Amino acid sequence: MRLDFGWLAEYAPVLLKGVGITLQLIAVGALIGIALGTACAWARALGPRWLGRIVAVYVELIRNTPFLIQLFFVFFGLPSLGLQLSELQAANLAMIINLGAYSCEIIRAGIQATPRGQFEAGASLAMKPLQVFRHVVLIPALQKIWPALSSQVVIVLLGSAVVSQIAAEDLTFAANFIQSRNFRAFETYIVTTLIYLALALALRQALRGVGWWLFPIRALR
Amino acid sequence: MTEFTTWDILRNLLLAARWTILLSLVSFIGGGLVGVAILFMRTARAKGLRRFAWAYIELFQGTPLLMQLFLAFFGLGLLGLDVPAWLAAGVALILWTAAFLSEIWRGCVEAIHKGQWEASSSLGMGYFQQMRHVILPQALKIAVPPTVGFSVQVVKATSLTSIIGFVELSKAGTVVTNATFLPFTVYGLVALIYFALCWPLSKSSQILERRLNVAHRNH
Repeated sequence: MRLDFGWLAEYAPVLLKGVGITLQLIAVGALIGIALGTACAWARALGPRWLGRIVAVYVELIRNTPFLIQLFFVFFGLPSLGLQLSELQAANLAMIINLGAYSCEIIRAGIQATPRGQFEAGASLAMKPLQVFRHVVLIPALQKIWPALSSQVVIVLLGSAVVSQIAAEDLTFAANFIQSRNFRAFETYIVTTLIYLALALALRQALRGVGWWLFPIRALR
Repeated sequence: MTEFTTWDILRNLLLAARWTILLSLVSFIGGGLVGVAILFMRTARAKGLRRFAWAYIELFQGTPLLMQLFLAFFGLGLLGLDVPAWLAAGVALILWTAAFLSEIWRGCVEAIHKGQWEASSSLGMGYFQQMRHVILPQALKIAVPPTVGFSVQVVKATSLTSIIGFVELSKAGTVVTNATFLPFTVYGLVALIYFALCWPLSKSSQILERRLNVAHRNH
């Protein structure tokens, strides 16, 4: 068995382009997904009961089905309802829906860990419930669960490898393309795996940095 | 052209779901056995063993399962073996499951009070005796809910094996879609079957966790 990495120089730009798309997918997915998760967490913890029930069904459905099937459903299934999406749009949408459900549960735990006195203190300052949520509850809640949320974002990054299956041109798609040209499947996937590992480690550090920037007050725990 | 009724579709999917269940069981049991070995290394006294287990866990948790499947598929092939998809799928899923289970269980072992280690050590017990008679019986109790919860991840992870050509529920969904041109119905049904497999596991994990918390409060 001999390993050959001579192809690497020639195909580095292809890999790099794949990395770019993967990063774009996770950036959009994480940003909108966490926003969706926050809204859902509000609905489940503090919103009207009927809305909380709907959100609960959404969360259970997503958390108990594979991401691959969600992706296929969005890309192949939704066009029959008249919603035609490009590969990248479908990948983005599936990642948002997926992270939205997981982050909902994580953020909800943070909201429910907020002491009652915080809500009462906000109300006594004549804040409306949504203002209390936005200015008093949300940031400390996010701070509490930030490590768990970060891990979930990394899991979504690693899970995004399957979007290559609907021909979204991410890093895995690039690897599939390269190994179909150089016939060096094992070496190609070794390199790609190491790139994913580096991306996951970098993303973890980046999210830690975001945490420091978002929550400057350490004492709030 | 043949017409497919919803019942035809559902029957084919359910037949394929047997393979999803079988692969899940194999991965979970095999992963549990390898996971125990990794757990012993991770909590061992020898530094080298701890490092190895740490690297193993980082590697498998920090890379996509899809890549691990590809590497198992093509890597075993490089060794000159003719690799059927089920073998690569089984090997990759067992190793992946082991990494996650050992990390979950390490948390449970570390949750056991340090005094338990010291007390058993003062009785002259060796590492394996301590684990066997003192630590694991207590850790097992708190390990049950998260372990059951992780089995949901294993069931969902088996869907990726369709990509290297193992015919289970997801692959059957693709095949049936190609035959019927009804992606909405077929993938909807596939999702529902996965849900039917996973939801009872999620729910029982939650119930177990709640019961355990009640037990803790009474202490």
